[in-house]
Amino acid sequence: MQFDKTFSSADGAASGVTVLEAKAASPVRRVKKERGFVDRALTPRAPISARASLIAGISVWIVVLAGWSCLTYGGVMPDIFLPSPTAVIERGISMISDGTLWPNMWASIEVILLGFLISSVVAVPLGLLMGTFRVVQAALEPLVNFIRYLPVTAFVPLFILWIGLGLSQRVSIIIFGTFFQQIVMIMDVVRSVPDDMLNASYTLGSSRRDVLTHVILPAAKPGIIDTLRITMGWAWTYLVVAELVAADSGLGYMSMQAMRGFQVDKIFLAIGIIGILGLITDTCFRILRARWAGWAA
Amino acid sequence: MIPTRADIRSCTIGGPLLEARSVELRYNTGNNSVLALDHVSLDVREKEFAVIVGPSGCGKSSLLYLAAGLLDSTGGEIEVGGEEVTGPGRDRGMVFQAYTLFPWLTVAENVEFGLKRRRMPAKERQEIVSYYLNEVGLSQFGGHYPKQLSGGMKQRVAIARALANDPKILLMDEPFGALDSQTRATMQKLLLRVWEHSHKTVLFVTHDIDEAIILGDRVHVMTARPGRMKAVVDIDIPRPRSLDMMLDPDFIAIKRQIIGLLHDEIDEDH
Repeated sequence: MQFDKTFSSADGAASGVTVLEAKAASPVRRVKKERGFVDRALTPRAPISARASLIAGISVWIVVLAGWSCLTYGGVMPDIFLPSPTAVIERGISMISDGTLWPNMWASIEVILLGFLISSVVAVPLGLLMGTFRVVQAALEPLVNFIRYLPVTAFVPLFILWIGLGLSQRVSIIIFGTFFQQIVMIMDVVRSVPDDMLNASYTLGSSRRDVLTHVILPAAKPGIIDTLRITMGWAWTYLVVAELVAADSGLGYMSMQAMRGFQVDKIFLAIGIIGILGLITDTCFRILRARWAGWAA
Repeated sequence: MIPTRADIRSCTIGGPLLEARSVELRYNTGNNSVLALDHVSLDVREKEFAVIVGPSGCGKSSLLYLAAGLLDSTGGEIEVGGEEVTGPGRDRGMVFQAYTLFPWLTVAENVEFGLKRRRMPAKERQEIVSYYLNEVGLSQFGGHYPKQLSGGMKQRVAIARALANDPKILLMDEPFGALDSQTRATMQKLLLRVWEHSHKTVLFVTHDIDEAIILGDRVHVMTARPGRMKAVVDIDIPRPRSLDMMLDPDFIAIKRQIIGLLHDEIDEDH
């Protein structure tokens, strides 16, 4: 645009040039046809309204719950294999009132929080160092990649022998399961910070320390929070593994006890609670990410 | 920091500020080694707008990275202000071809970045930031985040960020290379205007001959594989310059000369 302006004064009246007058908007207005919902829903990646996505999400839940209700209230499945929704809710209310639910829930939360915190507190700085300094990466990566592919479950007997049955054994399994995944994922996040961003910072007078604290760390922050959110999900899996094998409390232990007594409703309750707790932690991480790294939304 | 009227008036070109002597850059790839720069020498004088033009792969960007201290040469030396370049420093500001704004900082905070690293008081920082945002026409955008800006606006912020830090020399690595031609023209106009205010010493790398001539006081022409200096062309087009000078006979004569120098090279290749 600017470019045209500089030339137009010089030779506005050159032959072969027809200068078009700006005209008032044409009075003929065609009514644009609204695209239907079905049309948009079937177009790849076409956005849908917030209301439509809410309705879609809720209706799938309704279908699942309705299917469950049909199978149970309709008597298709015997209730010793599949409990009805009301049976699960009643079980929940009775376990809350007799005070047996909370200790199990808390036992699981305690293990997962301890294991996840200990793992993250070490993995975040170590992953940062591995992604920043080639020598740290060269030293640790071969070992970490070896351990990362060992199944955690294979270590459960070993941990029981070494540590015994208790809180620290379950916490160890969580740490072992999440730590090595976390450092590799955080290292990758840090390595993906563009070189020219570091270079720009150096040419603005940053020291090497400034580059780490004022460029690499903030640039990697959203990726680090995502890594924590994803590995938190995995931590719940390892928790249940640990509790199924050897525990005297916890949601996994609760399920195991329920299995022995054919209390299927109790197993459903434990699974449901794990799902809800998982959803809560996931939401917490999403809020943290929006708060601390909103720029990367 | 902010140029005074006296600075603007004293725009005469001085002695050499950046001197590159017999710079050699060799990349080792396994058993082979590739010569990227072969005994390249050039000097950039104080308050001069120097341009390096050359075909892609001639090592012109590498030369700029060497001057910035972001790359180590395998021979020769580069001095800036009489001191040998051994690493990056804030006396050599740089604008990159890729967008390098810090996405977690606002536009104003980006411009402030270098000032903050050297612990300049907040009041002084604010003055400088608002001066340079105004210079690049982005006063209204100080609170925006980089992702809310267009490509041209991002590069304007990058220029403001580099200038606010008051380097001795500003190194520009094809800063408009990723922009569409209309935005590029706007950016060239803006850079001419900003430069005529500050008379900062600039070393500008481009493969666009028009851009080299309209911006530069001197154009260094490079050849490819290995990168060598082929010629230095003085651009006697008077300042202040505008983009329609690209149609002047003087401009076209210089352009023909530079195209000739570059084409010799292409013919030799085949």
